[in-house]
Amino acid sequence: MSRDPRTTPIDVLLIEDDANDVELTLHALGGAKLRNHVHIARDGAEALDHLQRHVPDLILLDLNLPKVNGREVLERIKNDERLRHIPVVVVTSSQAEEDVAKSYRLNANAYVMKPIDPAVFLKAVNAIGAFWLEIVKLP
Amino acid sequence: MTAAPATPIEILLVEDNPGDVRLTREALKDAKVRNNLHVAMDGVEALAFLRKQGKYGAAVRPDLILLDLNLPRKNGREVLEEVKKDPVLQHIPIVILTTSQAEQDVLESYRLRANAYVTKPVDLDQFLKVVSSIEEFWLEIVKLSRP
Repeated sequence: MSRDPRTTPIDVLLIEDDANDVELTLHALGGAKLRNHVHIARDGAEALDHLQRHVPDLILLDLNLPKVNGREVLERIKNDERLRHIPVVVVTSSQAEEDVAKSYRLNANAYVMKPIDPAVFLKAVNAIGAFWLEIVKLP
Repeated sequence: MTAAPATPIEILLVEDNPGDVRLTREALKDAKVRNNLHVAMDGVEALAFLRKQGKYGAAVRPDLILLDLNLPRKNGREVLEEVKKDPVLQHIPIVILTTSQAEQDVLESYRLRANAYVTKPVDLDQFLKVVSSIEEFWLEIVKLSRP
């Protein structure tokens, strides 16, 4: 829980099934000023399994996932006493206002739309890293 | 990043320190995304604004709330709790902006569903930088819920 970012890297859980998006995200977070360690879960079931054993500092969550979808993963995290304090940033290609509103109601900490252009996507992940790893005080 | 919204982003700043209000206003003036800043000086006023009560009958519903924790009349924790329990308001992201670095305040705020917790730097330039980065992330990158 209490973590000194100068000595312990920030523990990020990336829940994403698209290999290209994983690649881009790792690249962007690798450039962040603060040390971080990214664990990747390729589907919702794998993510929930990982969360039974580990409590990360930050979660980046895609909505459309195999096995257990992102909405359900979000709901399970935010209803779990052990996990609900962890910031969850939804990163998804869905632009549907319903997904946005529902995610915030399910207590997503932020909702970011994946741009189609890889260069723009990279910029978005850079901004996520700059804010959540460098400006925010994580629990 | 995402298409610039046609209407400006409405921000409610809940802050009792006039110096911090002025600095925040200054930092947001240079933002790439058009925004309107509304200020409530204490917790009671903030909730009246959000619920369009009394003199706030014509108030707009904000897209984003920046909330200090130590406030007169009703503190920031109570405002946070009430907003996040209100079905009409709970979708509005709340960024806590406070001088408190206490681990207890951080954890409690996230438990009460703060969207992000940011500590106010004492240094002026650092403060401006923090507000700019809040602006860059929440106004340029995030998709806000604007029903």
